[in-house]
Amino acid sequence: MSLIEITEVRKSFGPNEVLKGINLDVAPGEVIAIIGKSGSGKSTLLRCINGLEMISGGSISVAGAQLLDDQLHLKTLRLKVGMIFQQFNLFPHLTVGGNVILSQTVVKKTDAKAAEAMARRMLDRVGLGHKFDAYPDELSGGQQQRVAIARALAMEPIALLCDEITSALDPELVAEVLSVVRELAAEGMTLLMVTHEMKFARDVCSRVVFMHQGRVHEIGPPGEVFSNPQTPELKQFLGVH
Amino acid sequence: MTEFTLWDILRNLLLATRWTIVLSLVSFIGGGAVGLLLLFARISTRKAIRTFARCYIELFQGTPLLMQLFIAFFGLGLFGIDVPAWLAAGLALILWTASFLAEIWRGCVEAIAKGQWEASASLGMGRLQQMRYVILPQAMKIAVPPTVGFSVQVIKGTALTSIIGFVELSKAGTVVTNATFLPFTVYGLVALIYFALCWPLSRSSQFLERKLNVAHRNH
Repeated sequence: MSLIEITEVRKSFGPNEVLKGINLDVAPGEVIAIIGKSGSGKSTLLRCINGLEMISGGSISVAGAQLLDDQLHLKTLRLKVGMIFQQFNLFPHLTVGGNVILSQTVVKKTDAKAAEAMARRMLDRVGLGHKFDAYPDELSGGQQQRVAIARALAMEPIALLCDEITSALDPELVAEVLSVVRELAAEGMTLLMVTHEMKFARDVCSRVVFMHQGRVHEIGPPGEVFSNPQTPELKQFLGVH
Repeated sequence: MTEFTLWDILRNLLLATRWTIVLSLVSFIGGGAVGLLLLFARISTRKAIRTFARCYIELFQGTPLLMQLFIAFFGLGLFGIDVPAWLAAGLALILWTASFLAEIWRGCVEAIAKGQWEASASLGMGRLQQMRYVILPQAMKIAVPPTVGFSVQVIKGTALTSIIGFVELSKAGTVVTNATFLPFTVYGLVALIYFALCWPLSRSSQFLERKLNVAHRNH
Protein backbone atom coordinates (compact mmCIF):
# COMPACT_ATOMS: atom_id res chain seq x y z
CA MET A 1 0.00 0.00 0.00
CA SER A 2 1.53 3.26 -1.10
CA LEU A 3 1.77 6.24 1.21
CA ILE A 4 2.26 8.83 -1.48
CA GLU A 5 0.56 8.29 -4.83
CA ILE A 6 1.54 10.53 -7.71
CA THR A 7 -0.44 9.73 -10.84
CA GLU A 8 0.01 11.29 -14.30
CA VAL A 9 0.90 14.65 -12.76
CA ARG A 10 1.27 17.54 -15.17
CA LYS A 11 2.24 21.09 -14.35
CA SER A 12 2.61 24.07 -16.62
CA PHE A 13 3.81 27.58 -15.96
CA GLY A 14 2.08 29.46 -18.76
CA PRO A 15 2.97 27.75 -22.03
CA ASN A 16 5.94 26.00 -20.45
CA GLU A 17 5.15 22.45 -19.33
CA VAL A 18 7.59 21.49 -16.56
CA LEU A 19 6.02 18.21 -15.48
CA LYS A 20 4.87 15.97 -18.32
CA GLY A 21 3.03 13.13 -16.66
CA ILE A 22 4.80 11.93 -13.54
CA ASN A 23 3.94 8.60 -11.92
CA LEU A 24 5.51 7.70 -8.63
CA ASP A 25 4.29 5.61 -5.70
CA VAL A 26 6.14 5.80 -2.43
CA ALA A 27 5.75 3.11 0.24
CA PRO A 28 5.83 3.98 3.96
CA GLY A 29 9.39 4.28 5.24
CA GLU A 30 10.93 4.67 1.82
CA VAL A 31 13.66 7.24 1.32
CA ILE A 32 13.61 8.62 -2.20
CA ALA A 33 16.27 10.81 -3.75
CA ILE A 34 15.23 12.88 -6.74
CA ILE A 35 18.17 13.87 -8.90
CA GLY A 36 18.49 15.65 -12.21
CA LYS A 37 19.70 18.80 -13.91
CA SER A 38 18.28 22.15 -12.89
CA GLY A 39 15.13 22.80 -14.84
CA SER A 40 14.27 19.10 -14.95
CA GLY A 41 11.22 19.72 -12.73
CA LYS A 42 12.44 18.01 -9.55
CA SER A 43 11.81 20.93 -7.20
CA THR A 44 8.46 21.63 -8.85
CA LEU A 45 7.40 18.02 -8.30
CA LEU A 46 8.30 18.27 -4.62
CA ARG A 47 6.43 21.56 -4.24
CA CYS A 48 3.34 20.05 -5.86
CA ILE A 49 3.20 17.25 -3.31
CA ASN A 50 2.25 19.64 -0.49
CA GLY A 51 0.35 22.06 -2.66
CA LEU A 52 2.82 24.96 -2.81
CA GLU A 53 2.24 24.62 -6.54
CA MET A 54 -1.09 23.52 -7.93
CA ILE A 55 -0.99 20.77 -10.53
CA SER A 56 -2.48 21.22 -13.98
CA GLY A 57 -3.45 17.57 -14.39
CA GLY A 58 -3.29 14.16 -12.73
CA SER A 59 -3.60 13.54 -9.01
CA ILE A 60 -1.54 13.44 -5.85
CA SER A 61 -2.54 11.91 -2.56
CA VAL A 62 -0.67 11.42 0.69
CA ALA A 63 -2.10 8.79 3.06
CA GLY A 64 -5.54 9.35 1.60
CA ALA A 65 -5.38 13.16 1.65
CA GLN A 66 -5.97 14.46 -1.85
CA LEU A 67 -4.29 17.54 -3.27
CA LEU A 68 -7.19 19.89 -4.02
CA ASP A 69 -7.18 23.65 -4.34
CA ASP A 70 -9.05 24.70 -1.23
CA GLN A 71 -7.89 25.65 2.25
CA LEU A 72 -9.43 22.64 4.02
CA HIS A 73 -7.90 19.98 1.76
CA LEU A 74 -4.58 21.77 1.65
CA LYS A 75 -4.43 21.93 5.44
CA THR A 76 -5.26 18.23 5.78
CA LEU A 77 -2.57 17.40 3.24
CA ARG A 78 0.05 19.66 4.81
CA LEU A 79 -0.50 18.17 8.25
CA LYS A 80 0.57 14.83 6.78
CA VAL A 81 3.63 16.00 4.90
CA GLY A 82 6.16 18.49 6.19
CA MET A 83 8.61 20.43 4.08
CA ILE A 84 12.15 21.72 4.55
CA PHE A 85 13.56 24.39 2.26
CA GLN A 86 16.92 25.27 0.81
CA GLN A 87 16.82 28.71 2.47
CA PHE A 88 15.64 27.38 5.90
CA ASN A 89 12.86 30.00 6.05
CA LEU A 90 12.84 30.25 9.82
CA PHE A 91 10.68 33.03 11.25
CA PRO A 92 13.28 35.70 12.13
CA HIS A 93 11.07 37.52 14.64
CA LEU A 94 10.66 34.42 16.83
CA THR A 95 13.15 32.51 18.96
CA VAL A 96 14.18 29.00 17.99
CA GLY A 97 11.66 27.68 20.52
CA GLY A 98 8.99 30.05 19.20
CA ASN A 99 9.60 28.81 15.67
CA VAL A 100 8.94 25.22 16.69
CA ILE A 101 5.98 26.07 18.95
CA LEU A 102 4.05 28.46 16.68
CA SER A 103 2.42 26.13 14.19
CA GLN A 104 1.55 23.58 16.87
CA THR A 105 -0.48 26.11 18.86
CA VAL A 106 -1.91 27.95 15.84
CA VAL A 107 -2.70 25.07 13.50
CA LYS A 108 -3.17 22.10 15.80
CA LYS A 109 -4.43 24.13 18.79
CA THR A 110 -2.04 22.24 21.06
CA ASP A 111 -1.93 23.90 24.48
CA ALA A 112 1.13 25.99 25.24
CA LYS A 113 2.73 23.57 27.71
CA ALA A 114 2.45 20.51 25.51
CA ALA A 115 3.70 22.49 22.51
CA GLU A 116 6.74 23.67 24.44
CA ALA A 117 7.51 20.15 25.64
CA MET A 118 7.25 18.89 22.07
CA ALA A 119 9.48 21.74 20.86
CA ARG A 120 12.14 20.88 23.42
CA ARG A 121 11.99 17.18 22.50
CA MET A 122 12.35 17.93 18.78
CA LEU A 123 15.17 20.41 19.34
CA ASP A 124 16.98 17.84 21.49
CA ARG A 125 16.50 15.36 18.69
CA VAL A 126 18.39 17.61 16.26
CA GLY A 127 20.96 18.43 18.96
CA LEU A 128 19.89 22.04 19.56
CA GLY A 129 18.00 21.90 22.84
CA HIS A 130 20.40 24.47 24.31
CA LYS A 131 19.47 27.03 21.61
CA PHE A 132 15.81 27.22 22.63
CA ASP A 133 15.93 30.94 23.45
CA ALA A 134 18.31 32.04 20.67
CA TYR A 135 17.14 33.91 17.58
CA PRO A 136 17.64 32.40 14.12
CA ASP A 137 20.18 35.05 13.06
CA GLU A 138 22.41 33.99 15.96
CA LEU A 139 22.76 30.49 14.51
CA SER A 140 24.93 29.04 11.77
CA GLY A 141 23.28 27.87 8.57
CA GLY A 142 23.55 24.24 9.60
CA GLN A 143 21.94 24.98 12.96
CA GLN A 144 19.16 26.95 11.29
CA GLN A 145 18.41 24.06 8.98
CA ARG A 146 18.28 21.66 11.93
CA VAL A 147 15.79 24.01 13.62
CA ALA A 148 13.73 23.94 10.42
CA ILE A 149 13.75 20.14 10.59
CA ALA A 150 12.66 20.24 14.25
CA ARG A 151 9.90 22.68 13.33
CA ALA A 152 8.59 20.34 10.64
CA LEU A 153 8.87 17.28 12.90
CA ALA A 154 6.94 18.97 15.71
CA MET A 155 3.83 18.78 13.51
CA GLU A 156 4.25 14.98 13.49
CA PRO A 157 4.08 14.51 9.73
CA ILE A 158 4.12 11.04 8.18
CA ALA A 159 6.40 12.16 5.38
CA LEU A 160 8.98 14.90 4.85
CA LEU A 161 9.89 16.72 1.66
CA CYS A 162 13.43 18.08 1.54
CA ASP A 163 14.13 20.61 -1.19
CA GLU A 164 17.92 20.82 -1.65
CA ILE A 165 18.28 21.31 2.07
CA THR A 166 22.07 21.36 2.06
CA SER A 167 22.62 23.45 -1.07
CA ALA A 168 22.78 26.79 0.76
CA LEU A 169 25.21 25.53 3.39
CA ASP A 170 28.94 25.91 3.67
CA PRO A 171 30.61 22.56 2.92
CA GLU A 172 31.66 21.97 6.53
CA LEU A 173 28.05 22.35 7.73
CA VAL A 174 26.50 19.86 5.33
CA ALA A 175 27.43 16.81 7.41
CA GLU A 176 25.57 17.88 10.56
CA VAL A 177 22.32 18.31 8.61
CA LEU A 178 22.72 15.09 6.67
CA SER A 179 23.37 13.13 9.85
CA VAL A 180 20.04 14.34 11.22
CA VAL A 181 18.33 13.23 7.99
CA ARG A 182 20.14 9.90 8.18
CA GLU A 183 18.76 9.34 11.68
CA LEU A 184 15.25 10.19 10.52
CA ALA A 185 15.58 7.67 7.73
CA ALA A 186 16.81 5.05 10.17
CA GLU A 187 13.78 5.70 12.38
CA GLY A 188 11.51 4.90 9.45
CA MET A 189 10.43 8.38 8.35
CA THR A 190 9.26 8.54 4.76
CA LEU A 191 11.49 11.02 2.94
CA LEU A 192 11.48 12.55 -0.51
CA MET A 193 14.54 14.61 -1.12
CA VAL A 194 15.78 16.63 -4.03
CA THR A 195 19.51 16.51 -3.55
CA HIS A 196 22.91 16.92 -5.14
CA GLU A 197 24.57 14.80 -2.44
CA MET A 198 25.13 11.71 -4.55
CA LYS A 199 27.11 9.87 -1.89
CA PHE A 200 24.33 10.42 0.61
CA ALA A 201 21.73 9.27 -1.91
CA ARG A 202 23.71 6.11 -2.57
CA ASP A 203 24.17 5.33 1.14
CA VAL A 204 20.78 6.17 2.58
CA CYS A 205 18.11 6.09 -0.10
CA SER A 206 15.98 3.12 -0.99
CA ARG A 207 15.26 4.41 -4.50
CA VAL A 208 16.65 7.06 -6.76
CA VAL A 209 14.55 8.96 -9.28
CA PHE A 210 16.37 10.59 -12.17
CA MET A 211 14.29 13.34 -13.74
CA HIS A 212 14.91 14.73 -17.20
CA GLN A 213 12.83 17.30 -19.08
CA GLY A 214 9.78 16.92 -16.88
CA ARG A 215 9.68 13.15 -16.89
CA VAL A 216 10.90 10.33 -14.66
CA HIS A 217 13.71 9.17 -16.89
CA GLU A 218 15.11 6.37 -14.75
CA ILE A 219 14.15 4.94 -11.39
CA GLY A 220 15.56 2.19 -9.26
CA PRO A 221 17.62 1.26 -6.21
CA PRO A 222 20.74 3.43 -5.89
CA GLY A 223 23.02 0.51 -6.63
CA GLU A 224 21.46 0.07 -10.07
CA VAL A 225 20.92 3.70 -10.96
CA PHE A 226 24.40 4.83 -10.02
CA SER A 227 26.41 1.77 -11.07
CA ASN A 228 24.49 0.81 -14.16
CA PRO A 229 22.78 3.82 -15.73
CA GLN A 230 20.71 2.80 -18.76
CA THR A 231 20.14 6.05 -20.61
CA PRO A 232 22.70 8.42 -22.15
CA GLU A 233 21.14 11.36 -20.25
CA LEU A 234 21.75 9.75 -16.85
CA LYS A 235 25.23 8.64 -17.90
CA GLN A 236 26.02 12.20 -18.87
CA PHE A 237 24.50 13.54 -15.65
CA LEU A 238 26.58 11.17 -13.53
CA GLY A 239 29.66 11.79 -15.63
CA VAL A 240 30.25 8.12 -16.55
CA HIS A 241 30.99 6.99 -20.08
CA MET B 1 -11.03 100.10 17.46
CA THR B 2 -10.10 97.14 19.59
CA GLU B 3 -6.41 96.40 19.99
CA PHE B 4 -5.28 92.76 19.82
CA THR B 5 -2.17 91.67 21.68
CA LEU B 6 0.06 88.93 20.33
CA TRP B 7 -1.18 86.75 23.17
CA ASP B 8 -4.80 87.26 22.08
CA ILE B 9 -3.92 86.05 18.63
CA LEU B 10 -1.84 83.13 19.80
CA ARG B 11 -4.42 82.05 22.37
CA ASN B 12 -7.17 81.87 19.74
CA LEU B 13 -4.94 80.00 17.33
CA LEU B 14 -3.93 77.49 20.00
CA LEU B 15 -7.56 76.90 20.91
CA ALA B 16 -8.25 76.06 17.28
CA THR B 17 -5.14 73.84 17.15
CA ARG B 18 -7.00 71.42 19.41
CA TRP B 19 -9.35 70.72 16.50
CA THR B 20 -6.48 70.21 14.11
CA ILE B 21 -5.07 67.64 16.52
CA VAL B 22 -8.41 65.92 17.09
CA LEU B 23 -9.13 65.78 13.36
CA SER B 24 -5.62 64.44 12.67
CA LEU B 25 -6.00 61.72 15.31
CA VAL B 26 -9.44 60.72 14.05
CA SER B 27 -8.19 60.60 10.45
CA PHE B 28 -5.09 58.67 11.36
CA ILE B 29 -6.78 56.10 13.60
CA GLY B 30 -9.86 55.75 11.42
CA GLY B 31 -7.73 55.73 8.30
CA GLY B 32 -5.48 53.10 9.87
CA ALA B 33 -8.45 50.81 10.57
CA VAL B 34 -9.93 51.23 7.09
CA GLY B 35 -6.44 50.99 5.62
CA LEU B 36 -5.87 47.62 7.30
CA LEU B 37 -9.10 46.27 5.78
CA LEU B 38 -8.01 47.66 2.41
CA LEU B 39 -4.60 46.04 2.80
CA PHE B 40 -6.20 42.62 3.32
CA ALA B 41 -8.47 43.26 0.34
CA ARG B 42 -5.54 44.41 -1.79
CA ILE B 43 -3.60 41.18 -1.25
CA SER B 44 -6.64 38.90 -1.19
CA THR B 45 -6.54 35.66 -3.15
CA ARG B 46 -9.81 36.65 -4.83
CA LYS B 47 -9.42 38.78 -7.89
CA ALA B 48 -12.69 40.73 -7.51
CA ILE B 49 -11.72 41.88 -4.02
CA ARG B 50 -8.22 42.80 -5.16
CA THR B 51 -9.59 44.82 -8.05
CA PHE B 52 -12.04 46.65 -5.81
CA ALA B 53 -9.25 47.66 -3.42
CA ARG B 54 -6.99 48.72 -6.28
CA CYS B 55 -9.72 50.91 -7.79
CA TYR B 56 -10.47 52.47 -4.41
CA ILE B 57 -6.83 53.29 -3.82
CA GLU B 58 -6.32 54.69 -7.31
CA LEU B 59 -9.45 56.80 -7.04
CA PHE B 60 -8.52 58.35 -3.69
CA GLN B 61 -4.86 58.81 -4.54
CA GLY B 62 -5.65 60.10 -8.01
CA THR B 63 -7.99 62.92 -7.04
CA PRO B 64 -7.19 66.00 -4.93
CA LEU B 65 -8.16 65.79 -1.27
CA LEU B 66 -9.95 69.09 -1.77
CA MET B 67 -12.30 67.54 -4.35
CA GLN B 68 -13.01 64.67 -1.96
CA LEU B 69 -13.90 67.19 0.76
CA PHE B 70 -16.18 69.09 -1.62
CA ILE B 71 -17.95 65.90 -2.69
CA ALA B 72 -18.41 64.74 0.91
CA PHE B 73 -19.70 68.17 1.96
CA PHE B 74 -21.67 69.51 -1.03
CA GLY B 75 -22.23 66.33 -3.02
CA LEU B 76 -24.17 64.55 -0.31
CA GLY B 77 -26.06 67.79 0.30
CA LEU B 78 -27.46 67.55 -3.24
CA PHE B 79 -29.24 64.36 -2.23
CA GLY B 80 -30.85 66.13 0.66
CA ILE B 81 -28.43 64.67 3.18
CA ASP B 82 -27.31 67.43 5.50
CA VAL B 83 -23.66 66.80 6.32
CA PRO B 84 -22.08 68.95 9.01
CA ALA B 85 -18.58 70.20 8.21
CA TRP B 86 -16.89 68.10 10.92
CA LEU B 87 -18.46 64.92 9.60
CA ALA B 88 -17.55 65.62 5.99
CA ALA B 89 -14.02 66.57 7.03
CA GLY B 90 -13.55 63.47 9.20
CA LEU B 91 -15.02 61.10 6.63
CA ALA B 92 -13.06 62.44 3.67
CA LEU B 93 -9.78 62.46 5.60
CA ILE B 94 -10.31 58.92 6.92
CA LEU B 95 -10.99 57.56 3.43
CA TRP B 96 -8.08 59.51 1.95
CA THR B 97 -5.63 58.43 4.69
CA ALA B 98 -6.76 54.82 4.31
CA SER B 99 -5.87 54.74 0.62
CA PHE B 100 -2.30 55.87 1.30
CA LEU B 101 -1.69 53.73 4.40
CA ALA B 102 -3.01 50.62 2.62
CA GLU B 103 -0.53 51.13 -0.18
CA ILE B 104 2.39 51.90 2.16
CA TRP B 105 1.63 48.76 4.15
CA ARG B 106 1.19 46.62 1.05
CA GLY B 107 4.73 47.52 0.12
CA CYS B 108 5.90 46.41 3.56
CA VAL B 109 4.02 43.10 3.37
CA GLU B 110 5.44 42.42 -0.08
CA ALA B 111 8.94 43.13 1.20
CA ILE B 112 8.72 39.99 3.36
CA ALA B 113 10.51 37.10 1.69
CA LYS B 114 8.32 34.66 -0.22
CA GLY B 115 9.88 31.82 1.77
CA GLN B 116 8.08 33.05 4.89
CA TRP B 117 4.74 32.51 3.17
CA GLU B 118 5.84 29.11 1.89
CA ALA B 119 7.22 27.90 5.20
CA SER B 120 4.13 28.93 7.14
CA ALA B 121 1.84 27.48 4.46
CA SER B 122 3.67 24.17 4.51
CA LEU B 123 3.15 24.04 8.29
CA GLY B 124 -0.59 24.13 7.64
CA MET B 125 -1.38 27.74 8.48
CA GLY B 126 -4.29 29.44 6.78
CA ARG B 127 -3.90 32.82 5.14
CA LEU B 128 -5.12 34.85 8.10
CA GLN B 129 -2.88 32.89 10.47
CA GLN B 130 0.10 33.50 8.19
CA MET B 131 -0.62 37.21 8.17
CA ARG B 132 -1.17 37.47 11.89
CA TYR B 133 1.66 35.36 13.22
CA VAL B 134 4.34 35.47 10.55
CA ILE B 135 3.98 38.27 8.00
CA LEU B 136 2.54 41.26 9.89
CA PRO B 137 4.92 41.07 12.89
CA GLN B 138 7.81 41.39 10.43
CA ALA B 139 6.10 43.88 8.11
CA MET B 140 5.17 46.14 11.02
CA LYS B 141 8.81 46.74 11.81
CA ILE B 142 9.41 48.03 8.31
CA ALA B 143 6.13 49.94 8.30
CA VAL B 144 6.70 52.10 11.38
CA PRO B 145 8.96 54.81 9.90
CA PRO B 146 6.95 55.47 6.69
CA THR B 147 3.68 55.34 8.64
CA VAL B 148 4.87 57.91 11.16
CA GLY B 149 6.23 59.94 8.26
CA PHE B 150 2.86 59.88 6.53
CA SER B 151 1.13 61.20 9.66
CA VAL B 152 2.77 64.54 8.79
CA GLN B 153 0.83 64.55 5.51
CA VAL B 154 -2.37 63.91 7.44
CA ILE B 155 -1.81 66.89 9.74
CA LYS B 156 -1.12 69.15 6.79
CA GLY B 157 -4.13 67.67 4.99
CA THR B 158 -6.45 68.84 7.75
CA ALA B 159 -5.70 72.45 6.70
CA LEU B 160 -7.87 71.91 3.61
CA THR B 161 -10.94 71.28 5.73
CA SER B 162 -11.00 75.02 6.50
CA ILE B 163 -12.46 75.51 3.01
CA ILE B 164 -15.66 73.65 3.87
CA GLY B 165 -15.95 75.67 7.08
CA PHE B 166 -14.46 73.36 9.69
CA VAL B 167 -12.80 75.62 12.26
CA GLU B 168 -9.32 74.29 12.82
CA LEU B 169 -5.98 76.05 12.81
CA SER B 170 -6.06 77.38 9.23
CA LYS B 171 -9.65 78.53 9.42
CA ALA B 172 -8.93 80.22 12.77
CA GLY B 173 -6.00 81.94 11.09
CA THR B 174 -8.34 83.40 8.46
CA VAL B 175 -10.87 84.48 11.06
CA VAL B 176 -8.25 86.13 13.26
CA THR B 177 -6.69 87.86 10.25
CA ASN B 178 -10.04 89.32 9.30
CA ALA B 179 -10.42 90.72 12.80
CA THR B 180 -6.88 91.99 13.30
CA PHE B 181 -5.69 92.91 9.78
CA LEU B 182 -2.32 91.42 10.69
CA PRO B 183 -1.99 88.62 8.09
CA PHE B 184 1.78 88.26 8.30
CA THR B 185 1.82 87.87 12.08
CA VAL B 186 -1.18 85.56 12.15
CA TYR B 187 -0.16 83.26 9.30
CA GLY B 188 3.40 83.30 10.57
CA LEU B 189 2.14 81.96 13.89
CA VAL B 190 -0.11 79.45 12.10
CA ALA B 191 2.90 78.16 10.18
CA LEU B 192 4.97 77.90 13.35
CA ILE B 193 2.27 75.88 15.08
CA TYR B 194 2.02 73.48 12.13
CA PHE B 195 5.77 73.17 12.17
CA ALA B 196 5.75 72.45 15.90
CA LEU B 197 3.27 69.63 15.27
CA CYS B 198 4.95 68.13 12.21
CA TRP B 199 8.64 68.47 12.89
CA PRO B 200 8.79 66.13 15.91
CA LEU B 201 6.95 63.52 13.85
CA SER B 202 9.39 63.79 10.95
CA ARG B 203 12.29 63.55 13.34
CA SER B 204 10.87 60.54 15.16
CA SER B 205 10.29 58.86 11.80
CA GLN B 206 13.99 59.27 11.00
CA PHE B 207 14.95 58.14 14.49
CA LEU B 208 12.75 55.04 14.25
CA GLU B 209 14.18 54.18 10.87
CA ARG B 210 17.66 54.18 12.31
CA LYS B 211 16.62 52.40 15.49
CA LEU B 212 14.76 49.61 13.73
CA ASN B 213 17.64 49.59 11.25
CA VAL B 214 15.26 48.65 8.52
CA ALA B 215 17.72 48.38 5.68
CA HIS B 216 19.95 45.87 7.41
CA ARG B 217 17.57 43.48 9.12
CA ASN B 218 16.79 39.89 8.23
CA HIS B 219 19.99 39.59 6.21
